[in-house]
Amino acid sequence: MSNEKGRILKISVLKYNPQVKEDKPKIVTYELEEAPGMTLFIALNEIRQHQDNSLKFDFVCRAGICGSCSMLINGKPGLACRALTSKMDADITLAPLPVFELIGDLSVFTGKWMSGMNDRLETWIHEKEEEEKACSCDTIEETMDPDLSDEIYELDRCIECGCCVAGCGTIVMRENFVGAVGLNKIARYAIDPRDKREDADYYDLIGDEDGIFGCMSLMGCEDVCPKDLPLQSKIAYMRRKMVAMKDK
Amino acid sequence: MEVVQTRVDEVESKFGVKKSRTPAKLDYLQSATGLMLALFMWAHMILVSSILFGKDTMYEVSKLMEGKPFFGESYPILVTFTAILLATIFITHAAIAIRKFPGSFKQYTLYRAHMKRMKHSDTNLWFYQIFTGFVMFFLGSIHLFIIMTNSADIGPYASSDRIVSEWMAPLYLLLLLAVEFHGSIGLYRLSIKWGWFDGKDPKANRKKLKKFKWAITAFFMTLGLLSLAAYIKIGLEHKANYGEKYIPTSEIQGVIK
Repeated sequence: MSNEKGRILKISVLKYNPQVKEDKPKIVTYELEEAPGMTLFIALNEIRQHQDNSLKFDFVCRAGICGSCSMLINGKPGLACRALTSKMDADITLAPLPVFELIGDLSVFTGKWMSGMNDRLETWIHEKEEEEKACSCDTIEETMDPDLSDEIYELDRCIECGCCVAGCGTIVMRENFVGAVGLNKIARYAIDPRDKREDADYYDLIGDEDGIFGCMSLMGCEDVCPKDLPLQSKIAYMRRKMVAMKDK
Repeated sequence: MEVVQTRVDEVESKFGVKKSRTPAKLDYLQSATGLMLALFMWAHMILVSSILFGKDTMYEVSKLMEGKPFFGESYPILVTFTAILLATIFITHAAIAIRKFPGSFKQYTLYRAHMKRMKHSDTNLWFYQIFTGFVMFFLGSIHLFIIMTNSADIGPYASSDRIVSEWMAPLYLLLLLAVEFHGSIGLYRLSIKWGWFDGKDPKANRKKLKKFKWAITAFFMTLGLLSLAAYIKIGLEHKANYGEKYIPTSEIQGVIK
């Protein structure tokens, strides 16, 4: 490691605590020296430890797996733990993700939104009633083609960080839109042979302008997804599927 | 996510009312009409730009559109019918696509703020599409109505007179800008929306599509501007003889012989 002094980073944070009645939103700028390999997550912890212990932000895993530290980084949604400061200008602006309920400063309640979305879209395997009854621990699960299981796993990598939601111009205007996270989940169950739902069942969930037909292909989701999920092609897949659906 | 508005749906589904299939049809129809209009505009521009090959070429093209090579005589009513058909597709497309416009000042400001934050080109392109679409409600309607009612007056002199002496030049210039941006952005978005060129690597192919999109815009914009300039030049030269129709060189030579 070199002994050279690092850049001085100026990190401006939109601070606001909606829990405190008198509090007003303000931009607070913190200065700190950049360290090698520094991520915004490390920088924020430094700030909280040495400069402002009231600074609110979320984190759990520090490795881009939990999806807690999503925030607007220079206006674009992203994960603080995956954002290397060396790839940014010394002036960095941070703000909480829009759309979600604000807890305080950079901390938003993505869990509440995601849980509502999951309930609404029934994002779990649906079996047929008779199968559910017949389900026993003794029957061996059917085998699955490895390619198909890879494809399902690829979509299952979603961490519900909310970046695609905050990056979506449609949701920003129309808050009932399910967003890429929801449409990706429906695509994930639609390709899973264990889920016995038919196209008409999926149509009931996303066949309107709050669902697949609300998407205006702005591709904000695709371009900000920290997990590089194939949102563009999966949304197109669901759109084709829902439009081609024939009533029996 | 707090959802309030789906209650009607839920109640209906409990009573066995099937969820409406109309949103799917509208989505499809918006794309289909848009595709037809965009492809028509390519053809239109190629026909219009025939003026760059001389007045005689443009004259022949205009007669071709009036069916002369097929019927032996010119039937401008064919052009009227085409314009009526186009107007129908145009109005259908506008009626469906208007659903996507920001529905209130609040939605408008929210989107503008989002654009400013994101600095994301596809997000910006959508706004240009809304803007140019709005412009075309008016400019496109005027143009279509004039062609519908003056279908016999398409030719090297008649069209140039319309552009210069009848003051259509500024309208056509704005319409050209609106059409070329709206159409090429629309085609790009259609490809993404339906995954036409996703291939094995949708991300890489989207980048290529976008480059292609700009190339298409540049090509047709140049062609359009050059053609408009050619019509303006002819219109200015023909100002004194406003109203006089073009006689093709072959006919003049025939008379001289």
